[in-house]
Amino acid sequence: MDHYRPFKSRQFEQQKFYTRLLVGCFFMAVLTAILVSRYYYLQVINHDVFMTKSENNSLLIEPITPARGNIYDRNGVVLAMNRPSFNLSIVSERTVNLDLLLSNVSKLISISDFEKKQFFKSLKRKRRPFEPVQLKKDLSEEERAILAVHQFDLRGSLVTAKLLREYPLGSSTAHITGYVGAINEQELKTLDPLLYSGALVLGKSGIEKKYEQNLVGQPGYQMVEVNSLGRVMRELNKVDPVNGKDLHLYLDHRLQEKAYEVLEGEKGSVVLIEVDTGGILAMASAPSFDPNKFVKGISHKNYNLLAKSSEKPLFDRALLGQYPPGSTMKPVYGLAALNEGIIDEKYNIYDPGYFQLPGSKHKYRDWKRGGHGHDIHLNNAIIESCDTFFYKLSTLMPISILHKYGTIFGIGEKTGIDMPHEKNGIMPSRDWKKRTHNLAWYPGDSVNASIGQGFTLATPLQLAVMTVGLANQGKIPVPRVARDKNPSLLVKKEVEIQKKYWNYIRKAMKDVVHDPTGTARRINQGIDYEISGKTGTVQVIGIKQKERYDIASIAKKNRDHALFIAYAPSDKPKVAIAIIIENGGSGSARAAPAAKEVIETYMNLYSINSNESKKQ
Amino acid sequence: MSQSEFVRRINQGNSAFVDTRNKWNRLHLDLHMLLTLLALASTGLVALYSASGQNLNLVNSQLIRFGIGFILLLTIAQVNLRFFERWAFIPYTGGVLLLLAIPFLGIERNGAQRWLDVGVQFQPSEVLKVAIPLLLASYISRRDYPPSLKTVFFSLLLVAIPVALIGIQPDLGTAILVGVAGFSVLFLGGLPRIYLFTSSCSLAVAMPLMWFYGLHGYQRQRIITLFDPESDKFGAGWNIIQSTIAIGSGGLGGKGWGHGTQSQLDFLPESHTDFIIAVFAEEFGLLGVLGLMALYATLILRCLLISIRSQTIFGRLFAGSYTFLFFLYIFVNLGMVSGILPVVGVPLPFMSFGGTSVVTLMCGFGILMAISTEQNFKERRRSR
Repeated sequence: MDHYRPFKSRQFEQQKFYTRLLVGCFFMAVLTAILVSRYYYLQVINHDVFMTKSENNSLLIEPITPARGNIYDRNGVVLAMNRPSFNLSIVSERTVNLDLLLSNVSKLISISDFEKKQFFKSLKRKRRPFEPVQLKKDLSEEERAILAVHQFDLRGSLVTAKLLREYPLGSSTAHITGYVGAINEQELKTLDPLLYSGALVLGKSGIEKKYEQNLVGQPGYQMVEVNSLGRVMRELNKVDPVNGKDLHLYLDHRLQEKAYEVLEGEKGSVVLIEVDTGGILAMASAPSFDPNKFVKGISHKNYNLLAKSSEKPLFDRALLGQYPPGSTMKPVYGLAALNEGIIDEKYNIYDPGYFQLPGSKHKYRDWKRGGHGHDIHLNNAIIESCDTFFYKLSTLMPISILHKYGTIFGIGEKTGIDMPHEKNGIMPSRDWKKRTHNLAWYPGDSVNASIGQGFTLATPLQLAVMTVGLANQGKIPVPRVARDKNPSLLVKKEVEIQKKYWNYIRKAMKDVVHDPTGTARRINQGIDYEISGKTGTVQVIGIKQKERYDIASIAKKNRDHALFIAYAPSDKPKVAIAIIIENGGSGSARAAPAAKEVIETYMNLYSINSNESKKQ
Repeated sequence: MSQSEFVRRINQGNSAFVDTRNKWNRLHLDLHMLLTLLALASTGLVALYSASGQNLNLVNSQLIRFGIGFILLLTIAQVNLRFFERWAFIPYTGGVLLLLAIPFLGIERNGAQRWLDVGVQFQPSEVLKVAIPLLLASYISRRDYPPSLKTVFFSLLLVAIPVALIGIQPDLGTAILVGVAGFSVLFLGGLPRIYLFTSSCSLAVAMPLMWFYGLHGYQRQRIITLFDPESDKFGAGWNIIQSTIAIGSGGLGGKGWGHGTQSQLDFLPESHTDFIIAVFAEEFGLLGVLGLMALYATLILRCLLISIRSQTIFGRLFAGSYTFLFFLYIFVNLGMVSGILPVVGVPLPFMSFGGTSVVTLMCGFGILMAISTEQNFKERRRSR
């Protein structure tokens, strides 16, 4: 042994060691108690607080955008659809040098200043870390390929797929389908935040707007777990979105395209309605625009170009354009005169080519210089569109009757079509004039009203609806764009008129086309069915009492509007049409042939025989 | 009479003394301690698997370290205690030399030079955790009892050198712990109360001075954040905020192994090293933490028992102070992660990932096992 110690000292040392060890144990016990109470405090007493904090840390609810419903025409041809589009986005957290990346990207594909500006704007907005910021929308296939090849030195760039609304028929259906666009701040306030939590676009016009509720669908959501950097780690609790409902229209894209085609180069509108259902087969407004441009986000410059154009391509003439209906009102007023017993079939006049109110020297001129001559009956007045007859009639028939029948046939009232906007038009009356102009009704007002001019205004759609009413003998429909499962005529008003008067007026309308004296006689060639119609030519400027209307000498914008309403086939009408060509000249020369083209197309597509054979 | 002759005679059974060791002890195995160590190591690996984000490579390398550690432990347990007593200065001197080498050969991590790269990377300060109690126990046990002023002076000097070297790395946490370990040897070794009193007083005076002159800015910040973590939410406070959230959200039963969102989603920094208890607490709850504490307590109690039973002053002193040190490590780690102590880089024994820590820890327990299984004689009871 190296060391010796007195035995007593050793025992003393051991004793003291045990005491000190005990002191140490006491300290350890105290410290352990502190630890245990700390963990108890954190894990039991404050568990809820920390659980919430932990969940706030890591859980995030992300909406899933539902796919918007497609829009189809009656044959299942798609009018509005979602197509995958590829966008270039930047995850700024993963870039080494953002400016360098941007300049590298712009060397490869073209990035406009507008896109760069938008990018930096959205980059500054509050967002989750690692959330991509969009730089360029809708890359072409070539651009995608270029980016894919250079991916290695474009660290932080990301090509993502998204659904983009597309209107395959473009401008020909633009006014019907309307378009979707990014939700703006104002709209955001009025929208249901739950329904639109994931939505990026909203129907802005047309069917897209009207049937927004059906098309938009129900957003789904997924709860995701994010890590400390905000990256999505996994999905929890996913609720799938309910996609928007598809919408089927009465529209036939072939007729729609035809209608658009006959208006080419003109300003105007064609409305084609299925008589049995009131369904809109075609509704064109020209000029039109490409709705696809709005989907991708239209620049201010391009928007202004469209909005401020004198041609007004964004303006839906079919629903919002209000035109004097002119002579197209004559069948209705004729019916009114017969039905109210004001005249009968034997009533006739002599037409010297003008009409003068008693005690006035003002000449209300007929369109035909020299007049239509002797023995002008009501049917001749319709067939040849004799204005003098109706001028005279206006002295016998008070404006209240014109107003009553005009209103029954839908003039001056909204048709109730399932579109977001339409205009009322004007069916004037004493009350109306008092109310709006604070003036009394003069006999001259009645004279003008009797040929559908003066104060009278109607939209092309209203004229088409009126034509349906003439075609089906008094059932004025509510026109429909979207088609339900069991298409049927939605009757808005029904008018009781004696059968013989119907036959009389319908015969006259048929003779407008098929009688050698008819104003629309030039379209009766080469058809194996019959068309009933009525032309209309509407003055845009007043012609002075002694001047002549000379088409060559007036500017295009002051030329007459050309109108034509028609239904076919005459005996069992299937389709009714109203067409208006602004400054197109005369209804018989310009509007009727265009209408015939559309009717011809309909007949070729839907002629009863071939239709039945198809069904079998 | 030589020692071997003495032992031989005793074993013949005709002596007044009897060897109380069981058959395991005779193989230098303390089964009780070994099983507790194995349980702790397994718990550590289980926690590490989850805390590392299911990184099996990490778990494997930790497993290898545990393997090396256990082999070292069993080897050291075979060594005669007097060998340690005699050669105690070697690990100490080695450790101090390595600490001196750090400014030249060290690697900087997280703003502090703590690691040496000599083929494998390791922390010399970890070596001192065993070396200081070993040297001091050896030194004091050879001196007169109670320790004289000279003994105390030299002892303090022996502690102060490595503590200063560790402190300038800077690794304040380890420096304090190593210092406390050295001091605890003196304390158990019968340091007269007058010294105890004086040192407590001087410590109280030194603390404010340390605050203004001895601490780095970031160290001060850590202490401030302790009292107000929100003051630096995304800086120094982040760790504490996230670790308390992890612990608190674990609740009584925990979120389940591998399902702790705080750690799995990287909200918790250092989740597989110093802050691993937060992962454990989040996934296994308070019950898990108490279970772990019970395991630690079992080991500590066993070590205390070894210390009490030891028949040599050296054995007693080393076993006692090493147990204290072990406890302190656990306390400081659990305290700092749960936000009652400043964040100092102190790993949790058996749980935190780290090679040097595991190996030195096992060496220490190896010595304890050697103490536990040293020949232990008791007077034969005549009455039997």
